[in-house]
Amino acid sequence: MTTAPTADIKRTKILAALENRDTSVQFTDPLENEMILNMGPQHPATHGVLRLLIRLDGETVVAALPDVGYLHRGYEKLAENCSYHEFIPHTDRLDYISPLMNNTAYVLAVEKLLGIEAPRRTQFIRVIISELARISSHLLAVGSLGIDIGALTVFMYTFRDREKLYDVFEHLTGARFTTSYTRIGGLAQDLTDEVIGEIRAFLTQFPDSLMQSEKLLNRNRIFIERNDGIGVITREQAIAMSMTGPNLRGTGVEHDLRRANPYLVYNELDFEIPAFDGGDCLARYYVRLNEMKQSVRIIEQALDKLPTGPIHAFEPKKVLPRKERIYTKMEELIHDFMLINFGTEPPVGEVYHAVEGSKGELGFYIQSRGKEAPWRLKIHSPSFMNLQSLPVLLKGGMISDIVAIIGSIDPVMGEADK
Amino acid sequence: MADMITTIVIIEKLRAAFPNDIQSVKEFRGETTVYVRPAAIVMICTFLKDLPGSPFDYLVDVCGADNFTPEGRFEVIYNIYSLQTKIRLRLKTRVEENDPRLPSVTSVWPGADWPEREAYDMFGIEFTGHPDLRRIYMPEEYAHYPLRKDFPLMGIPDSIPLPRK
Repeated sequence: MTTAPTADIKRTKILAALENRDTSVQFTDPLENEMILNMGPQHPATHGVLRLLIRLDGETVVAALPDVGYLHRGYEKLAENCSYHEFIPHTDRLDYISPLMNNTAYVLAVEKLLGIEAPRRTQFIRVIISELARISSHLLAVGSLGIDIGALTVFMYTFRDREKLYDVFEHLTGARFTTSYTRIGGLAQDLTDEVIGEIRAFLTQFPDSLMQSEKLLNRNRIFIERNDGIGVITREQAIAMSMTGPNLRGTGVEHDLRRANPYLVYNELDFEIPAFDGGDCLARYYVRLNEMKQSVRIIEQALDKLPTGPIHAFEPKKVLPRKERIYTKMEELIHDFMLINFGTEPPVGEVYHAVEGSKGELGFYIQSRGKEAPWRLKIHSPSFMNLQSLPVLLKGGMISDIVAIIGSIDPVMGEADK
Repeated sequence: MADMITTIVIIEKLRAAFPNDIQSVKEFRGETTVYVRPAAIVMICTFLKDLPGSPFDYLVDVCGADNFTPEGRFEVIYNIYSLQTKIRLRLKTRVEENDPRLPSVTSVWPGADWPEREAYDMFGIEFTGHPDLRRIYMPEEYAHYPLRKDFPLMGIPDSIPLPRK
């Protein structure tokens, strides 16, 4: 026969549990202390799973420490265990905002290693899809910057345009998002006239559509005051901290890999590199805005100059043959068997090839030992390099500036964490 | 313009300034790789950063690689770039398995901060003089180095505490 515990004993136990050392905090004088705030990995304004530890003095940020790795999936380890061809779908998931750009970058690096070059039509098509991916990514950057600051309508306008781009991607590659469109030595399928028509229709209405977003932001006093002079980084600091992409061009450095180390057919196309002095969020916003307009120019020129011809390089031992020939011809059947089972066996050596991605220099460093899988694949992700300047950018600002600064850096954690 | 400084000229200057520390120079697919001794890496990087005519002021990447050999197991690869002349160069050093330490180049390029942390996290290569060398992707208490060749692809069971029921 046990008696129920009295109310006094119950209350003492609860109080003891509540006054656990980890939950009670003693303040001598709350206004004298600096607070450490955790902008956790799950946060609507951190552009993915970025964790920021901020030391605050009132509302001013004294120091900031980014903590990445919440989306680390081990792609570099995975690449050592699958063939070059099998890794192409994994590249979609890196910078998941512009997957076609990653496909192109990876395939260019592998082609450099193999020493083959894709035919001209493929190069023009790769330029077109890279620039479409860049427009898609910058639309998201501008939209997210707007919504993080409070301009909700801009987000809706830019995402309406992104949906049109997703329709184009779906028609071209079969998927809105995980496209895996490029192949070693070529593309998965050709660009049909229907898709060209859709791209031209998109380009015709895009400048007006972008103008709607510009009208909401460019002369908006609130937007300018929240971005002008915020998150300033000087040119020398940006170069020293290895910033890349629109962030570097927003400090005045006119560095763009499409002009500095041209790849594909960029040296035949006529476009400008926007760069703005200032080093603040507004400069980075203007760089992205103008890059979108330049991308429209590039795509129009590429569509006009698009040659006819094959889209696969004629390299039987390195490039997968076409399906219709595999079913009918003997050599193609044997090559297909060898390439699928044993992989393209590139020469022993190492290459690094970088493209100008939407966030910056997206590069692949491949060490090959002649086997079907690379010995080491290192992905140089621009978001990773941009995020390491975050402590410099955030220092001295306020909490609300953190959101504007992260929005203007435009990191993508899939790329930063690999 | 007449001042076309090429990679060959840069290598000549590098060899002249550091005759004992340059082990070999290789070229593949138009890219030049220089193998250097690990103790001299900071001096060589400082020399290249201030090289007149083609200052290598931009560090692109620092990465590690595991050769899985008894001698010189780990490689550290520095990928540097000159914004002025658009020339790329790759420096490689080797460190031993039983003492994988190397001077850090954060004093030359502050942008080497996170890449060196990544090399430490994935391979266990310690960079002496780094301002804040800790793991970057894996949790702090993680006891293994994932990108080493002896780490299995599917991971080691129970190396990360999972939530129990």
